[in-house]
Amino acid sequence: MNIAVDMDAVDQGELLSASEMGPAPKRIVAGYGFWIFLLSDIVMFSALFASYAVLAKATAGGPTSAQLFDQRNAAIETAFLLLSSYSCGLMSLAANSRQYIGVFLGALATFLLGAAFLGLELREFHGMIALGAVPQRSAFLSAFFTLVGCHGLHVALGLGWLVLMMLQLSTRGFHPVVTRRLFCFSLFWHALDIVWVLIFTIVYLMGVLP
Amino acid sequence: MSETRWDVAPGDRPAVPASEQTASSGLLVYTIGLLLAVILTITSFWVANTSMIWAPGVTAGLAVLAIAQMGVHLVFFLHITTGPDSTNNVLALAFGVLIAFLVLAGSLVIMANLNTNMMPHPELMNLQMQR
Repeated sequence: MNIAVDMDAVDQGELLSASEMGPAPKRIVAGYGFWIFLLSDIVMFSALFASYAVLAKATAGGPTSAQLFDQRNAAIETAFLLLSSYSCGLMSLAANSRQYIGVFLGALATFLLGAAFLGLELREFHGMIALGAVPQRSAFLSAFFTLVGCHGLHVALGLGWLVLMMLQLSTRGFHPVVTRRLFCFSLFWHALDIVWVLIFTIVYLMGVLP
Repeated sequence: MSETRWDVAPGDRPAVPASEQTASSGLLVYTIGLLLAVILTITSFWVANTSMIWAPGVTAGLAVLAIAQMGVHLVFFLHITTGPDSTNNVLALAFGVLIAFLVLAGSLVIMANLNTNMMPHPELMNLQMQR
């Protein structure tokens, strides 16, 4: 008897848990799934970081990190990627308020800054290879090219994804599918910037400490 | 029944539905994040190149700055907060960080151990050379 009274006293809305409300909106489900994917990507990067940290001193008599790395270049790359992350955030704000011009301008800035980052990185790789610092030269260089190259590959894929998203946006407009993919892209781009923070700290700053 | 019962998607700011997030407050969040990230990045590059800091402490300082900057990116760019509507995202992140930590720390400890214990001692080499 008492229990029944207590049940009546409680607001029914308070008792409904998330599991009784049916599936969450697709934006939340897709975002959460993509978040899990990004975390698995970061776990993969942690394995590459571990192999780099283990092999960083294994130069086999070849060029060392202090001889190869240019901190000025790394600083400019960092600035480009950080600004592109910012413009990507502005792009997702514009996408939330359904402004075509804002999204296209944000995407353009993100693409140009990302492409400038990739260009600088490729120029750095080219300069290293011209010096004979090829991946086959030593375990240190293999680990370096795997780690930084994998991040660069992610950036290149992201740039292609961004172009595809702009094409979809111009043909289909702010369709829920398109905004969801755009949302996942911004998550991807911010996660790449987080990985780059670790790369410039561990590879370019700690690597050249005396 | 309000929509806030569900956890928010990882990139959405908490407690505000995506359609009602005003552009100006969102802009402020991203701009604060950018400023903090720029300050931390410049400090990192300064710490690595200055002679004002005790040299053995530089590595630890760089590690702390990098972790702080990753935190700034998570909070201001990815909007991962400790709010009650972000529990799933934070738990997934915690699991990912745990695995990344195990992979990194485990590899480093095991490889350092192998390096010290499996390096052939000079005397041992000599013993093998004698016959």
